[in-house]
Amino acid sequence: MPDRRDADQQKMLTRRTLLLAGLKGGLLAALVGRLYYLQVLQSDQYKVLSDENRISVRLLAPPRGRILDRFGVELASNRRNYRALIVPERTDDVRESLERLSAIISIDDTQRARILREIQRKRKFMPVVVAENLAWEDFARINLQSPELPGILVDIGETRDYNYGSYFTHIIGYVGAVSEKELSEDDPLLELPGFRIGKQGIEKIYDLDLRGKAGDTSVEVNAYGRVIRELHRREGQPGDDIVLTIDAELQKAVTQRVKDESAAVVVMDVRSGEVLALVSNPSYDPNPFNVGISSKEWQALNNNKLKPLLNKTISGVYPPGSTFKMVVGLAGLEAGAITADTRISCPGHYDFGDNRFHCWRPGGHGSMTVHTAIEESCDVFFYEVARRIGPDRIADMAKRFGLGEQTGIDLANEKPGVAPTRAWKKQALKKPWYEGETINVGIGQGYVLVTPLQLAVMTSRLATNKQIKPRLVVPDDVPADGVQAVSAKAGGQLVNPAFIKIVQDGMKAVTGGPRGTAFKYRLPPPLPNMAGKTGTAQVRRITMKERENKRRKEEDLPWEERHHGWFVAYVPVEDPRYAVSVLVEHGGASGAAAAVARDVLVETLRLDPANRPGRARFAAESVSPQKKDHG
Amino acid sequence: MLAMWLGFDDQGDRLSLGRKLWEINWGFVLLVVLLASVGFAVLYSAAGGDLDPWASRQITRFGVGVLLMLTVAVIDIRVSLRFAYVFYAISLVLLVAVELVGKVGMGAQRWLHLGVIQIQPSELMKISLILALGRYFHGLSIEDVGRLRWLIVPVVMCLAPAVLVMKQPDLGTALMLLSIGGALLFLVGVRIWKFATVIALGLVMLPIAYAKLHDYQRRRIEIFLDPEQDPLGAGYHILQSKIALGSGGMFGKGYLQGTQSHLSFLPEHHTDFIFTTLAEEFGMVGGLVLISLYVLLLIYGYAIAFRSRSQYGRLVGLGVTVMLFVYFYVNIAMVSGLLPVVGIPLPLLSYGGTAMMTLMMGFGLLLSVYVHRDIEIPRRIGGI
Repeated sequence: MPDRRDADQQKMLTRRTLLLAGLKGGLLAALVGRLYYLQVLQSDQYKVLSDENRISVRLLAPPRGRILDRFGVELASNRRNYRALIVPERTDDVRESLERLSAIISIDDTQRARILREIQRKRKFMPVVVAENLAWEDFARINLQSPELPGILVDIGETRDYNYGSYFTHIIGYVGAVSEKELSEDDPLLELPGFRIGKQGIEKIYDLDLRGKAGDTSVEVNAYGRVIRELHRREGQPGDDIVLTIDAELQKAVTQRVKDESAAVVVMDVRSGEVLALVSNPSYDPNPFNVGISSKEWQALNNNKLKPLLNKTISGVYPPGSTFKMVVGLAGLEAGAITADTRISCPGHYDFGDNRFHCWRPGGHGSMTVHTAIEESCDVFFYEVARRIGPDRIADMAKRFGLGEQTGIDLANEKPGVAPTRAWKKQALKKPWYEGETINVGIGQGYVLVTPLQLAVMTSRLATNKQIKPRLVVPDDVPADGVQAVSAKAGGQLVNPAFIKIVQDGMKAVTGGPRGTAFKYRLPPPLPNMAGKTGTAQVRRITMKERENKRRKEEDLPWEERHHGWFVAYVPVEDPRYAVSVLVEHGGASGAAAAVARDVLVETLRLDPANRPGRARFAAESVSPQKKDHG
Repeated sequence: MLAMWLGFDDQGDRLSLGRKLWEINWGFVLLVVLLASVGFAVLYSAAGGDLDPWASRQITRFGVGVLLMLTVAVIDIRVSLRFAYVFYAISLVLLVAVELVGKVGMGAQRWLHLGVIQIQPSELMKISLILALGRYFHGLSIEDVGRLRWLIVPVVMCLAPAVLVMKQPDLGTALMLLSIGGALLFLVGVRIWKFATVIALGLVMLPIAYAKLHDYQRRRIEIFLDPEQDPLGAGYHILQSKIALGSGGMFGKGYLQGTQSHLSFLPEHHTDFIFTTLAEEFGMVGGLVLISLYVLLLIYGYAIAFRSRSQYGRLVGLGVTVMLFVYFYVNIAMVSGLLPVVGIPLPLLSYGGTAMMTLMMGFGLLLSVYVHRDIEIPRRIGGI
């Protein structure tokens, strides 16, 4: 039975309830307003933030172009590489993450230091490689445990494989991690974890072609960085394959032939300038350079007296010795200082001023023409020719035959060598030219310095009388046979064909004539004859005392003091096809080099595509970017 | 027998069990089931379209909760009235016990292990406080309410548990207890100037209270005021929640399409931040529909409270309604950045059993008020 007090109570309750309901209504209105503000007014802004949250744009490294030999044999290719990476911004404590990871794979202190250094260097969202070339089991375990490894992610990258080990290092070079200096280049790819760029050789020169263009992928990730799905993928452009003029099989055979020597061998196609083999021995395995070699290993390579790091074919300069005599002879013929019939008597020495210059044959050669002087490599004859025409004419001829300046081959660090002139000496050494110095130039000594490649070029030009240029890479626009276009470009003749014929005949006699200095190294029948020239580059002066005491035999000298042996040749003598130049460092006399040249030419002729049906010339077009499986 | 012991004098007030079940406000129950079902759907989405691990367990829990609610609903309202102070006393003792021996979970001491059952006395206290205040003011005339000395007991009733809960530390529940108590005091007619005085005093005390807060609580308030100051640390929750809500826009990203919650950017996306998960996928429209459902539940609550012929029934009904409002309002305001993150779940939706049981018990009491709406209860009640 409701009494008055009850009614009062209820009235108050109703009033207050209404008041409270009003308050609640106001609060709710504020809440709805808040939702309207967030979800309608500011929605666009938050949508952007939301997308940033979930979409992560990642660069895709394009597969690096392969490097192939002229027949399409892979010299440098790519292999799958399972890697563990760390993204600094995705973990609160980089060290802790690495610590946990080291429970699965070993990370030593040097690696740890390297990782931390690299993290410092790069932007915080760029992954840094922790470990590469992981075993599949480790890769899978890291993947599985990724929730407990903040910031750690795994991916499948590529690693460069040099299938022939050390055989091609001096040509192809190698790739390595991007250095700080190189990082300034404006290509986002360079910041990719573990990205490799060319450091040497073809890998370096053609780096931009081989590298390709970066692709990208947008992936949806959760807050832990785990990829949920891929939203969009734009494939990059794979790097172009580079096709070399090299014949891998020949390169291998040549390398094996000189494996015990410190030597340089260049084989060229005289018609096109294509370099078929370019061997500098000893070499080194480029594969470890991918990951970086230790400073100890580097020291060992650097201190090796056989200089494995030096590409002797282009960066080693040596006096050409007697191989220079063709140039001197041509210069003399062109200057009119001698003719084919000019005779000069060789008593075994040549006196000029107060100095006596010796011929290599102590008793002398007797009466010599340019032909026999080349055949028997008489020094006195060329002393006299040099004296008659002076250094400048010789240097001019030398340059026409590719000596004393860079050949322009597609390799870095090519040395120009020296074809000395009076002006050159004045400029380079700030001293006047002494006439006595001209005498030494006559036999390719003194200031004359050449590279083995230059001598191969010289030989090609002697064989063709054309300005043949060495080529290592097949350009895209060269027809499959590669010959005509280049020969036409080589322009006119270098010297009067009559003169060149005289010199060529002399070279033929070197191996063809019984008195020739390389008669015993002629090619065995039925192989065609070759035209060649021996050479010896003096490493030190032969003292008067030694001459008087009957010179010691070269073999008795310490290795470092022995002369360098040269041999240059082309084959066949009619319709020349291949030129070779061989340097055997400290090989004593030229015999060692001539033997190598003979064996190399035998191998070159054996491997001639004409003798190997089915070995079609590899056309660059057919390697147009293949999509390779690169994870 | 029981009735006599309880002091019920009117045989006619007693209803059979079947009759009581018939009398239950099934519309209200349906609304509760509807809200819980929305929760199941969101939990299904939060798990990436899977009943496991949350939705299935939540369904089971809700089933138990419904049984609890219906059980409470058929218990005579006079029983809860009679034992109101006992419940309150037990709850208070348990709160003290938890202070002494409780288990620390999530950085706070809230749980009490009693054999196999784990209970959170602070949750029990929410119900007990409503009952105790209801009983207290049931017997108080409007004139007495105006007298200050009659207010000492209820104010202490509110403050004692609030202080204990605050010490755990559980700021959310403490504020909730104070809001429920304050609202009930307001409803029974305590003068508005008295509230104003207390609020003014509170504002004066605020700096002191702030100094006494735990570091993490202080930090939360600071970050609430400026979430950008620590986007990857403590402000992360709010910021990510706002991004989720904002990017949901007017109509949402679609069911099961919420990127923020699915991609783990949103922490606690199945518990305290479940509203965000819902509003990201269903947009502002979805959020408003949910809020409307709660408002509908509130309206039911008011209606039920005012249908009661007893002051106790009305106060319990309103108390439960206030509790519901505080729950959902604080939660939604918190996830939308309107209030600091204080850790209050969204009623019926958030994954978790504790709040669910508290609410279902509260709803049971509300239904009990409805079922026993016509029972008149004398002002003076015997017993404890």
